[in-house]
Amino acid sequence: MDSSLTSQPIEPPAHATAAHTHDVQGTSLFGFIVFLLSESMIFFSFFAGYIALKTTTPDWSPPGMEQLEVFSPAINTIVLVSSSLVIYFAEEALKRHKLTLFRVFWFLTSAMGAYFLVGQAIEWRSLPFGFTDGVFGGSFYLLTGFHGLHVLTGILLQFLMLARSFIPGNYDTGHVGVTEVSLFWHFVDVIWIILFCLIYLWQ
Amino acid sequence: MTNVPIDRVDVLGDKPESEPPNNWRHYFSFSTDHKVIGIQYLVTSFIFFLIGGVFSMVIRAELITPEADFLDRTLYNSMFTMHGTIMIFLWIFPSLVGLSNYLVPLMIGAQDMAFPRLNAVAFWLVPIFGILLMATFFLPDGTAQSGWWVYPPVSTQNPSGRLINGQAVWILAVAISGISSIMGAVNFVTTIVKMRAPGMTFFRMPIFVWTVLSAQLIQLTALPALTAGAVMLLFDLTVGTAFFNPDKGGNPILFQHFFWFYSHPAVYVMVLPIFGVFSEIFPAFSRKPLFGYNVVAVSSMVIAGVSILVWVHHMYTSGTPGWMRLVFMLSTMCVAVPTGIKIFAWTATIWRGKLRLDTPMLFALGGMVMFLFAGITGIMLASVPIDIHVNNTYFVVGHFHYVVNSTITMGMFAAIYFWFPKMTGRMYYEGLGKLHFWLAFLGNNLTFLPMHPAGLQGMVRRISSYDPEYAFWNVLSSLGAFLLGMSTLPFILNIVGSWIQGEPAPANPWRAIGLEWLVSSPPPVENFEQPPVVVSAPYGYGKSEPLIAGANSSDSP
Repeated sequence: MDSSLTSQPIEPPAHATAAHTHDVQGTSLFGFIVFLLSESMIFFSFFAGYIALKTTTPDWSPPGMEQLEVFSPAINTIVLVSSSLVIYFAEEALKRHKLTLFRVFWFLTSAMGAYFLVGQAIEWRSLPFGFTDGVFGGSFYLLTGFHGLHVLTGILLQFLMLARSFIPGNYDTGHVGVTEVSLFWHFVDVIWIILFCLIYLWQ
Repeated sequence: MTNVPIDRVDVLGDKPESEPPNNWRHYFSFSTDHKVIGIQYLVTSFIFFLIGGVFSMVIRAELITPEADFLDRTLYNSMFTMHGTIMIFLWIFPSLVGLSNYLVPLMIGAQDMAFPRLNAVAFWLVPIFGILLMATFFLPDGTAQSGWWVYPPVSTQNPSGRLINGQAVWILAVAISGISSIMGAVNFVTTIVKMRAPGMTFFRMPIFVWTVLSAQLIQLTALPALTAGAVMLLFDLTVGTAFFNPDKGGNPILFQHFFWFYSHPAVYVMVLPIFGVFSEIFPAFSRKPLFGYNVVAVSSMVIAGVSILVWVHHMYTSGTPGWMRLVFMLSTMCVAVPTGIKIFAWTATIWRGKLRLDTPMLFALGGMVMFLFAGITGIMLASVPIDIHVNNTYFVVGHFHYVVNSTITMGMFAAIYFWFPKMTGRMYYEGLGKLHFWLAFLGNNLTFLPMHPAGLQGMVRRISSYDPEYAFWNVLSSLGAFLLGMSTLPFILNIVGSWIQGEPAPANPWRAIGLEWLVSSPPPVENFEQPPVVVSAPYGYGKSEPLIAGANSSDSP
C-alpha cells in the first residue's frame, strides 16, 4: 500500500512563519546560563571537598594559627556583595539608554571588584601559613584563589564591555554581553557568600 | 550602518563556506560547519581507537602466558593506563560527540549548532590533548602508570622529581578534554533547547536527540567534580599540597569520591547516545514505530538523574560504612528500571516486524544482546556481597568491556554504517560490513566472556603475571582480542574504499523517517533551505502521516 499518495490538508503551526531567524541573543544568554550552572558545580565540588576534609582531618588548623581574622574579610565581603547592586544599577541605566550613567556604575563595579582583590592579596601576605602547609592551607588558598581568579575574569570582562560601549550605537539593539557579564558577577558574589560562611564563619 | 552588534557575530560565527565539503583539505581546516566538525571528530577518534586497540593487544599478548615475559612491567603499567585513557577520552567521548555533532542539527531541523565557532574550538582541543598524551611516551620517566582511575597515593608518586612527568601531563590532558567536553555540552544543550525547527516539540524529537540531551546534561552536572578533583591532584603531585596525602592529614578516599562522582555517570554519557542509535535503527529496519516513544524518551532523563546518585558502588571496599553501601546498592539497582524499559521497548519494536538484517541492524542487534548481558552482570556487581567478592578482578573488567566495547563500540559501528551514506553520499559494501559484524561479534564474546570465570575464580586485574590456573581463560581471551583486532580491517577497507569509489547513495537509502533523510546525501552546507515545519511525531513507520508540512510522506511501509 502506497501511503505517500494519500494527501491530507496540513495546517502549518502559526509560528512557522517566523522564517529563518532565531533568537540570537536569547540563544547566547541561554548558553551562558547553562555554562554558569556547570561552573557552579566546580565550586560545589570544592565546597563538598572542603567540608569533607574539615570534618575528617585530625589536626585541621595549621601550626601557629588559632583563628582566621574575620573583620577585614568581612569588610571585603560587604564591598563585593554591594557591587552586585551597583552592577544592577548599571544595567538598568543601559536599558534606559543612559550610556554615561551606565559607564559610571559599571566602572564603579570594577573598582569595587579590584578593591576586593587587593584586600585579599593583603590578607594572603599577612597569613602565617602557605599553600602546602597542611590540608587547611591547601584548601584555603585553593578556594579563595579559584574564586579570586573568577573575580579577576569578571573585571576583565567588564573592561571589555566598557570598551564596547564606546563603539557608537553598539548597545542600541541589544546588550546580551552586558547581561551575561552582570550575571557572571552576581554568580561570583553568591559563591563568595558561601565561601565566606564556610571558611571564615565556620571555624 | 556598519555597527553590527558584536554579540551577534559571536553567536552566528563565521559562515565562509558556500559549497559542500567535497575537498579533503576541508577536513583539516578550522571549519565551523557542524557536519565537517562531526566527521573531523569521528576520523580523529577512530585513529585513536586503533592506537588504543593496539595497546590492548599488547596487554593480551603479555597475558597469553602466566609469566611476565613479554613486556617490562613499567611498560605494562603504561599500556593498561593509556589503553583505558585513550579508549575513553579519545575514542568513545569524541566519536559520540562527532556523531551527535553531525546528527543533532539535522535531526531537529537546524542549520547548525548554536555556537559554531565554540564547536570548532572544542574539536581542535581533541587532537591537541591527544598528541600531548601520546607525547608522554617520550618523557624520560614515561607515561602515567596509575590506571585511568589515577587513585592517589599511586598517582601522586613522582620518583624522578621532574615537574613535567607522565602523570602531570596526563592530568593536564584530561583537564583539556574536560574543557572541550563542557564547551560541547553547553553547545548541545543550547542547540537542542533553542534551535529546534517550527513544530519540532520536545516530544517530536527523535530519541537520539533525547539521549544526547540527557548525556550532555550529565556532562554539565558531573564533569566539574572530576575537574575539581584533578586540580587538587595536580597540586598534590606538583607543588606538594596535602589534599589527598594521608601523611599530611589529607584524605585519599576523597579523590575516589570526586573521580567516581563523574566517572560513573560518564558511562551513561557514553552509552546513552548509543541507546539513541539503537532507537533509530530498530524502527527503520523493522518497519514499525518505536514502541513506547514517550516512555523511552523520558527514561533517558531518568537514567541521567539516577546516574549521579550511584557513584559509591565503585567504593564498597574503600572503607565505606555499611549504611552507605546499602543506600548505593539500592540506588544502583534502580538504574535497571529505566534501562530495562529501553530493552523492553526495543524488543517490542522488532517483535513481529519485517526485519531487514543489513549491517547497521546486525550491529544494533548484537550490541543490544551484549548490553543485556552487561546489564545482568551490572546488577550482580551492584549487590554488595558479590561486589566485595569480585572487587578488582577480571569479572569487573569483563562487565565493563561488555558495556564499552560490546555495546558502545558495536553501537558506534551500527551508527557509522547507518549514516555513512548520508555523511559521504556513498554506499558501503554490504558483504564487508557483514564480515566485520561477525568477526566483531565473535571477537567480543571470545575476549570478554572468559574474563568473567577468571574473575570469579579470583584473577586480579592490572597484573602482568598470574597463577597458571587462570591460563585457560586468558588464552581464550587473548585469541579473542586478536580476532577483535583483525575485525577492524574489513571495516577500514570498507570505509576507505567506499568513500573513494562506492556507489552514489540516494537521499534515503533505508527508507527511514527523520529530517536528516529528507535532505540530499551529503546534505547541503545550510542543511535546509527553509526551516522544515514538523507536523507529526517521529517513527511514523507504517502510518500515512507526512513528517513535515508541504512534502510528500517519505515512508511507504
